[in-house]
Amino acid sequence: MDLNLLWYLVPSVVMFACGVYGFVTRKNMIAILISLELMLNSADLNFAIFNRFLFPGSMEGMVFTLFAIAIAAAETAIAIAIIINIYRAVGSTNVLESNKMKH
Amino acid sequence: MGITLPILILCLPLFMFLLLGIGGVKMSRKVAGILGILGMGTTMTLAYIVAFTYFFSGNPEFIIDGVRQQYQVFDVTWLAFTPKLVVNLGFLLDPISAMMLVVITTISFMVHLYSWGYMEHEGGFQRYYAFLSLFSFSMLGLVVATNIFQMYIFWELVGVSSFLLIGFFYRLPSAVSASKKAFIVTRFADLGFLLGILTLSYFTDTFNFVSMTSNPMNVLAETGGATFMGCSVLTWAMVLIFTGGMGKSAMLPLHIWLPDAMEGPTPVSALIHAATMVVAGVYLVARMFPVYCVVEASMTFICCVGAITAFYAAVVACTQVDIKRVLAFSTISQIAFMMVSLGVARDYMIPGEHYSGLGYMAGMFHLFTHAMFKALLFLGAGALIHAVHSNDYTKMGGLRKYMPITHWTFLIGCLAIAGIYPFSGFFSKDEMLAAMFARHWFWGAWMTMVAGLTAFYMFRLYYLIFWWEENPEYEHHKPHDAPWQMSLPLIILAAVSCVSGFIPFGELVTWNGAPYHIHIEAPVAATSLTVAVLAILLATVMYRKKNPLPEKFRNALPGLWTAAYHRFYWDEIYLFITHNIIFNGICKAIAWFDRHVIDATMDGFAKVTQKVSYSIRGMQSGNVQAYVLWYFFGALALAIITLICII
Amino acid sequence: MVGNIILYFVVALVIVIFSFMAIRTDKILRAATYLLFVLLGSAVFYFQMGYQFLGAVQIAVYAGGIMVLFVFAILLTHKPNDKAAPMESHRRIAGAVAAGIGTALLLYALFTMPMVCSSNGTMLSLGEALSGDQITMKMIGEAFTGTNRFQYLLPFEAVSVLLLASIIGGVTVGRKR
Repeated sequence: MDLNLLWYLVPSVVMFACGVYGFVTRKNMIAILISLELMLNSADLNFAIFNRFLFPGSMEGMVFTLFAIAIAAAETAIAIAIIINIYRAVGSTNVLESNKMKH
Repeated sequence: MGITLPILILCLPLFMFLLLGIGGVKMSRKVAGILGILGMGTTMTLAYIVAFTYFFSGNPEFIIDGVRQQYQVFDVTWLAFTPKLVVNLGFLLDPISAMMLVVITTISFMVHLYSWGYMEHEGGFQRYYAFLSLFSFSMLGLVVATNIFQMYIFWELVGVSSFLLIGFFYRLPSAVSASKKAFIVTRFADLGFLLGILTLSYFTDTFNFVSMTSNPMNVLAETGGATFMGCSVLTWAMVLIFTGGMGKSAMLPLHIWLPDAMEGPTPVSALIHAATMVVAGVYLVARMFPVYCVVEASMTFICCVGAITAFYAAVVACTQVDIKRVLAFSTISQIAFMMVSLGVARDYMIPGEHYSGLGYMAGMFHLFTHAMFKALLFLGAGALIHAVHSNDYTKMGGLRKYMPITHWTFLIGCLAIAGIYPFSGFFSKDEMLAAMFARHWFWGAWMTMVAGLTAFYMFRLYYLIFWWEENPEYEHHKPHDAPWQMSLPLIILAAVSCVSGFIPFGELVTWNGAPYHIHIEAPVAATSLTVAVLAILLATVMYRKKNPLPEKFRNALPGLWTAAYHRFYWDEIYLFITHNIIFNGICKAIAWFDRHVIDATMDGFAKVTQKVSYSIRGMQSGNVQAYVLWYFFGALALAIITLICII
Repeated sequence: MVGNIILYFVVALVIVIFSFMAIRTDKILRAATYLLFVLLGSAVFYFQMGYQFLGAVQIAVYAGGIMVLFVFAILLTHKPNDKAAPMESHRRIAGAVAAGIGTALLLYALFTMPMVCSSNGTMLSLGEALSGDQITMKMIGEAFTGTNRFQYLLPFEAVSVLLLASIIGGVTVGRKR
């Protein structure tokens, strides 16, 4: 019994599935963002895993993960800024209540 | 012969049409008129040069051992449908096309000149000249066509320009409906023409006149004895082609458009609906003459249609009030005369006849002379209308003192059409009657009767216009002769009508190009001359001075007179067929089908789309989480499909 | 060897359990905390796979930066004892079905598709995968500062511009008008 890539991928799959479930079922915007981070992290992890176990001589997966983390940071910062702004305008972070533009 | 002159003959009118049609609005009337007349004059000169070169140069291209040849000046490929079936555009010179060049350009030039005076005060003067040029171009293209398809194209162009000119006064509802009627009736006939062309070319693989007519038995052989509904395919094809000619030449029962076409300006009636376009049907039969001769049935058909039409039109002409209508029916009658003449001719020797192709020559001769004197009569009628401002002879009467030039030229025209020696109509009519008598006494007798009727109604018209009794309105408004632009063409055409009978036409135009020496058939000439003189005398007695005789005749035969006055109810029959049977019977059913089946199917598509859209519009909720859910399900579905495909 | 396996199991368990709890809990602040644990677990996996730098970045950026943002945002937008009520049940069922099918499909694909190394065509174990050269800081630095093949100066600069833009954007969006 030795660790191989399947071992690592299974938690990643679970993490991703949780992200999907959370994304579609949560009402709070920050909770949705948290689910999004879960999915993103799962994808990051997969890059690293595949890089390590399928192409051990190179480091492109890792580099890509680094970029993804940087972009995720930027995205989260903007998203939180928007959420705070919405909260200021609407008084709530519930997605179902922030629909004033529709009416 | 080089190709410059022939191409110029075609291109000059086309150029004038474009110039006047596009640039006409910027020109003054004078410039447009002079340009149009100059253009047509040049074209006429060129056409004369070409025709005289063809007839008299003795060049071996045109005449070999005294036999005139068919010469294709040029013939270029235009459309190649299949390697065998190719449509060409070209310029064919042979006796009849050379003759037609002269006729068309002469009359057209006269009409151009005449219109300058006649149309002086009408709106759209420049447009009028543009249309005249378009018509001249189309008609010239028609007569010089090297193949039947080219002829068809120009045939339709002629129809279009006729439509445009009939509807020239497009603010008058009657002119608009007349132009529509002319176009629809001739289009309907042209459908038969097209079917005939397609049938013929399907079997012969060619459109070319020269190859078809030089060996007509080959055409028969190529159809391979195929039959359709009891008649050979060739018969069908030739009769269908003749249908097109019936439409254009206003033969019964497709004649109804021509009297109405008189709504157009009178010079147009002279040019198109009397002298040139309406003889296109005759010209078509003459063009295909050897092929028609192969099919005896089609020749009999032509004879019968012609004979019935000639008699019908002559009877109707005796009762009409509108002078242009009288002339229109006279035109129909005279064209039918030519048709019968062609129908009795044959391209082979018939035992007992010294020259069986006489009818062809005589028909062409009459085409020529008729064009001249009928144009003269129409232009004269135009001068009368110009002076009196009415088409109605009851508004005229006693005009001989006021309009001497018009009177004398009109009289010459009447004498010519009545067939009095030495005017041109006598010679051509004599030859035609001789040909008919040679074929069968019945045709000769029948057409002699029609000739008598012709003389009667023409002199009835003449006396009612120029004698009878003076219209009292002349005191307020004195009629006078037309200006020189209008009188000059009348005088020229009258002179031509006086002398053109002495042209040795048999030397120039015969079916095979071999010369034929015309000699007057004394018994025939005597008969027809006697009949004509008697008819004229009868007309003199009845109409020279105001008297109750016409009223008595009318009351003696009230039914016949009313029927003839209403043109034997042909228009009513057409109206009944179109309105009651076609519109109400057939079209209503089709409209129902269209509305309730075709439209309903389309509406059904729309409704289904709308319903489906309504039912799924909830998906477009603006809720991003729902979108993600759908997206994810979609991605899963794709993944499953991919997996299934891999496994 | 055995230590690696034990560590793996501990971390995998942490990731699975805290992922679950992060999406199930009513309290947002707790959810953020659970997310932190998941992120730290991922960082441990990176360390275990020999990506020390990546693990460090994961901890520094996610745990240090993003989590602070989350916590601030939650504290700014929430009153005490706020409950994050989940969606109505049919949406939850749909989400569960989507997640379940997705998981099943991915796991099926994982265990049926050949996942072999590109160089020798066998499925590598962790020890074999780590037997090659270590990734040094020098290599990473060269990868980010060159323009040759497998070097990423341009994306690096692009990301720096992106971060700058997001800073400005965040300030602009979030600032009081």
